[in-house]
Amino acid sequence: MASQSTPDKNGSKGTWTLKTGLAQMLKGGVIMDVVTAEHAKIAEEAGAVAVMALERVPADIRAAGGVARMSDPEMIHAIMDAVTIPVMAKARIGHFVEAQVLEAIGVDYVDESEVLTPADLKNHIDKHAFKVPFVCGARDLGEALRRINEGAAMIRSKGEAGTGNIVEAVTHIRAITDAIKELGELGPDALETRAREYRVPVELVRQVAKDGSLPVVLFCAGGIATPADAALMMQLGAEGNFVGSGIFKSADPARRAKAIVEATTHFRDAKLVAEVSRGLGEAMRGLSLESIPAQERLAVRGW
Amino acid sequence: MQSAVGERRPLTARAGVLGLQGDFAEHLATLDRLGVDGVDVRRREQLDDIDALIIPGGESTTIGKLASQYGIIDKLKDRVAEGMPVWGTCAGAIFIAKDVPGHPHPLASLMDMTVERNAFGRQVDSFEADLDVKGFGSEPFHAVFIRAPRISRVGPGIEVLARLGDGTVVAARQGRLLATSFHPELTHDERFHRYFLSLGKS
Repeated sequence: MASQSTPDKNGSKGTWTLKTGLAQMLKGGVIMDVVTAEHAKIAEEAGAVAVMALERVPADIRAAGGVARMSDPEMIHAIMDAVTIPVMAKARIGHFVEAQVLEAIGVDYVDESEVLTPADLKNHIDKHAFKVPFVCGARDLGEALRRINEGAAMIRSKGEAGTGNIVEAVTHIRAITDAIKELGELGPDALETRAREYRVPVELVRQVAKDGSLPVVLFCAGGIATPADAALMMQLGAEGNFVGSGIFKSADPARRAKAIVEATTHFRDAKLVAEVSRGLGEAMRGLSLESIPAQERLAVRGW
Repeated sequence: MQSAVGERRPLTARAGVLGLQGDFAEHLATLDRLGVDGVDVRRREQLDDIDALIIPGGESTTIGKLASQYGIIDKLKDRVAEGMPVWGTCAGAIFIAKDVPGHPHPLASLMDMTVERNAFGRQVDSFEADLDVKGFGSEPFHAVFIRAPRISRVGPGIEVLARLGDGTVVAARQGRLLATSFHPELTHDERFHRYFLSLGKS
């Protein structure tokens, strides 16, 4: 991925280089959903590169139903105090005031997330307006580029959060990486057509075609439950993994967390993945996609 | 030693970048532009195949934990004793420091300095700054500080290479060990990479 950029002026903060740069530092790592300071410590101890502070993991959000909102700043503070690694938190799609609150609290990354109930059905947050960087979900290249154009400094493939089922994550990461490959083979006219289709400036599409990668870091999310799942996503082109319910909904979170970290680093080493997968106890139960009614699917939120 | 800076001497033949986690790909890309054979080092035995090692930016807790678990730290200490140059950028500087207050995971503990993590605050306090670097001439080095550490104490054998305007030490060298609080791999200026690669020839 072409990540080097031109310098901004002396003493500046909140620049594109700094926003995308933090995501560069997270590469090859695992970002774990945590709901308490104690979870956060387990995640840090297991080798997580960052934690996502939220009140309920997606599996519980799914089970609880109702409206899912930004977490209580009190619990986010407690998690920020408990660990030294970066802390991320989620704002609802389009809810720029939740994002302002998270920036004021001092979280290191805001996830404008489909896991929460959307607040705006037309507009995502104008992320350029913030000093704090944003990560956004995407199911395909067009969605990823629209988010980047709005200022997202990191992309995660959406998957279907809270299912422990990797199928959607695979579909989405393949859709993104396949479309990037395809762009590389298109001529100038076709790139312009593609840009119109994606509703983004043609310069952005040309850049992706030329680099063969997104201009920001690409992680995977939504369904990782095992070390093999984590390694699969890395082999399919993710630069790191978000793991939500998969860790703290399993029988032995500390061991599973550590195993997923190791499998993410050594994702091509099947012997090692086999070794760390031994005797981990029960994975989260998981849901088949067919069992989730269309209106309860999270990935379709956002556009 | 001073003379090595910026000169076009023959560079190190094979430089490793610790690839356990972090922005190792950006270091490898910079090495490639300099015509140096870069090696993505994830296993202990690979330390025998390289002439120099860069520890990239990333999360020092993650890198420290994985490096110790796979026996990389012990092996690295042996290679450094044999004279192999090592450079740590940001998390890498934490990784090679002898003293890191409150660090939860093991580190390599190579360079006689105290490094404080997240010393400038959280991500919203991350910043960019132009530095005057000893031996780099009059052109400032544009440096990117991301949740950066600072070098709060340097031992007697350490040469300070750069400070912020307020005097905070952000780049230092001890023999063939180099530490920077910032990320030369994220900008197009290759002077620090050249400088590091020249250390093995000294």
